[in-house]
Amino acid sequence: MLHYLEQDLKSGTPASRTLIENVSRRSFLGGALTVSGFVMAINVAPAGAREALKSYPTGAAGMPHGVITDPKIFIAISDKGDVTIVTHRSEMGTGIRTSLPLVVADEMEADWTRVKIDQAPGDEPKYGNQDTDGSRSMRHFIQPMRQCGAAMRQMLEAAAAAKWNCDIGQCKAQLHEVVNTESGEKLGYGELAQAAMSLPVPALETLKFKSQDEFRYMRKGEAKIYDLHDITTGKAIYGADIRLPGMKYAVMARPPVVGGKIKSVNSEATKKVPGVEGVFEFAGPDAPPYKFAPVGGVAVVANSTFAALKGREALEVEWDHGANAVYDTETYTKAMYETAKKPGKVIRNQGDVDKAFAEAKDTFVGEYHQAHMAQAPMEPLVAVARIVDGKVEVWAPVQSPFGARKDIAEALKIPIENVTVHVTLLGGGFGRKSKWDWMIEAVHISQKIGGAPVKLQWSREDDIQHSFYHTTSVERIEMAIDAKGKVTGWRHRSVAPSIVSTFAPDSGYQFNIEYGMGFADMPFEIANVRCENGEAKAHARIGWFRSVSNLPRAFAVQSAVAELAHKLGRDPKDMLLELLGSDRVIDPKAAGFPEDFWNYGEPYPEFPINVARLKGVVNLAAEKAGWGKTLPAGEGLGIAVHRAFASYVAMVVHVKIDKDGTIRVPEVTAAVDCGFYVNPERIRSQMEGAAVMGMSAAAYSAITFKGGAVEQSNYADFQVATMANFPQKVSVHIVEPKEGHHAGGIGEPGVPPFAPAFANAIFAASGQRLRSMPMGDKIKV
Amino acid sequence: MPTFTINGESRQFDGDGDMPLLWYLRDELGLTGTKFGCGAGVCGACTAHIDGEAVRACVTPVSAAEGKKVTTIEGLHPQGDHAVQKAWRELSVPQCGFCQAGQIMQAASLLTKNPSPSDEEITAEMAGNICRCGCYERIHSAVRLAAGGV
Ligand code: FES
Ligand code: FES
Repeated sequence: MLHYLEQDLKSGTPASRTLIENVSRRSFLGGALTVSGFVMAINVAPAGAREALKSYPTGAAGMPHGVITDPKIFIAISDKGDVTIVTHRSEMGTGIRTSLPLVVADEMEADWTRVKIDQAPGDEPKYGNQDTDGSRSMRHFIQPMRQCGAAMRQMLEAAAAAKWNCDIGQCKAQLHEVVNTESGEKLGYGELAQAAMSLPVPALETLKFKSQDEFRYMRKGEAKIYDLHDITTGKAIYGADIRLPGMKYAVMARPPVVGGKIKSVNSEATKKVPGVEGVFEFAGPDAPPYKFAPVGGVAVVANSTFAALKGREALEVEWDHGANAVYDTETYTKAMYETAKKPGKVIRNQGDVDKAFAEAKDTFVGEYHQAHMAQAPMEPLVAVARIVDGKVEVWAPVQSPFGARKDIAEALKIPIENVTVHVTLLGGGFGRKSKWDWMIEAVHISQKIGGAPVKLQWSREDDIQHSFYHTTSVERIEMAIDAKGKVTGWRHRSVAPSIVSTFAPDSGYQFNIEYGMGFADMPFEIANVRCENGEAKAHARIGWFRSVSNLPRAFAVQSAVAELAHKLGRDPKDMLLELLGSDRVIDPKAAGFPEDFWNYGEPYPEFPINVARLKGVVNLAAEKAGWGKTLPAGEGLGIAVHRAFASYVAMVVHVKIDKDGTIRVPEVTAAVDCGFYVNPERIRSQMEGAAVMGMSAAAYSAITFKGGAVEQSNYADFQVATMANFPQKVSVHIVEPKEGHHAGGIGEPGVPPFAPAFANAIFAASGQRLRSMPMGDKIKV
Repeated sequence: MPTFTINGESRQFDGDGDMPLLWYLRDELGLTGTKFGCGAGVCGACTAHIDGEAVRACVTPVSAAEGKKVTTIEGLHPQGDHAVQKAWRELSVPQCGFCQAGQIMQAASLLTKNPSPSDEEITAEMAGNICRCGCYERIHSAVRLAAGGV
């Protein structure tokens, strides 16, 4: 996300220009290696590669440091035959630390039980892009990882051929050994390791990829996650579990309002707390944009976390709250509704919307709202830092270790070579940990204590009150309906403070990434469409939250469809299919998409909006959920579909209302078309989790501001779904990929369809239409 | 000076008796399996046992353990093969895993008190343990599975 932002902000050349160029240069991809040098080159389909994996370009080429395909970087084999596979993406619960190495192991015919996984430090020139967000890991790295594995397999076979002095054609790698198909002799990977590793890496053109029937691990879902035993025995190492000799413990008091400054500090009482060793003041950034800079405040350093926390409690700090003290959720929300009533900046224009509305027989208007949210991963932010001889070392649960490393070097004005960032397991991330403000804090504190190792621990209160918040929004949808009940016009106005405000002077308007998430890319076959963006200035740090703007957009668009169905007396699923229209790949130009339309960073021809796939998951989810079945009074089904991160997910939510109005979700049926997939078991767990996080957003979670400060402080008032009320059974149906349907994202796309399907089900069960998230988990009875 | 056992080893604590057990376990003993999630007794990430009963270590002062047996995830079973741990692995419960030690300790304490809990009893017992990744369905099933094997 950050990368796209920076690209967009630099130069006035929107990120997507690259994409459009790629699109127009598509005809060159058959053989030219010239498009964008090395990175592009490895994505080009070579004439000689086996049909089993036809290379295709992805957005990885446009990411900083692209991809690396050198097996010697990612694979090591000991002479005993133990295989170590490096994983360069961060593990925050998706299972990527298992799934990508599994791809390598499969292609190289390694025995998974003999594979160890090594977590790479932040080093993108060496490993390729490491920014683990945007549901990109599988999308961007399945090809490079297959390439590494296949190359290593061929190197092992070549090494065996040399040993046996035979034709390589009779050497076949098979589960950690190479077999001589003529003589029946075998050589283990350990015996071949040295020779294989000294061979040159075979070129992509010469690689023979496995075909699907040869897969040992991919697509099977049988391998357990790598850290499973450690997690269940308390041995897994997360950020706070790093312990260094002589390590100090720190916490910070931060300005309650972003942009606020310290007026005065009285630390007398703090210094008397046994164990407290130092109190340090830090200035925050002078003025917005705040980017990922620490917000400043007062650090308390002690010999235990307890003493540090006690010391912080004893602090007396007076703050100058600054300009954002005006931020008041109630007033702001009202203003957003008002703004959405008026024309905004036109983002997408197709046909003649005004005419459609002027000639309409009937119209529909729906206004949908969502509150701010904090990501609130289970593991609060934490980092351990030390500085030895001018060299900084940081351990943290971070989604983007190289981005953090760059910024730490910049903050300390030292060369990047003098900064090392180690990645621990992440106790959840959801976007919060792809910012690194807290890591810079930790380094600054270590600097104050002579470089001694220090663990900076954020409390849950810190996490809730100093996040980069999911935006708050009003999405207003209007439809023009003709005499036959056909929708002839669609006008969607989106009003929400933008993520851009965190990085650049705030224009009050969104940018292409935000309007590419379920707004300008709305897929319905309606002749006249206009998407407008109304102004909303930010007064908090706005950041990305799992699935970002897709959340409010899917909620609005998919709720509106069910509302329209009700108005016209139609079945909501049939209405949805009718609006989706004919099976087609949407032509962004003909559909009036903006010039700088952002397709999740992917080249459009390879990852287009394919309406047949949207309809496919709608039909699959409906069929599996028994859509149309008769349910007892107080129960209902709701359906929604959404494309995000190049994947398609439909959900049917079954709602059951208790006598006291409590909304229960006995079942969710999800249909997922994420193209080529590797680990169906983790896809299921991501969908189960997405339904729960979807329910948290739909029913419970809200961050509100008063006087510029966040009103919530912990899970007691920033609520999330618990076992007391959650989607109890999530059935996941994965679509078998068709040729050319490349791996899409999985971490995020499951979240957006939940809320609208939930709201639509509540309506079906009770006749009550809820249009504001969080909706609560009780309706009026 | 409070004395107690931690995972079978006897210990003496000479610090501030108000210190939450959580920080004593983590910072002083290096038993980092017990996690800090909220510090306010509302998430369950820090769940450990005192005399076999689940407690929230973040709001339990060390002094409350006086004369008692403290068990953490590291001491639940010598090989990590408690029925609950095995069930957790069998069903691949964790996503990020951060809440899971607390979940497992909560479930183990439930099964000691009530070896065959009903679905509702499982829900009621586990409702105070938040999993932000949303593994509740598998957690619930794993407790049931472990109950079958206890
Ligand atoms: S950390 Fe103790 S209950 Fe959350
Ligand atoms: S597995 Fe991540 S919080 Fe439970």
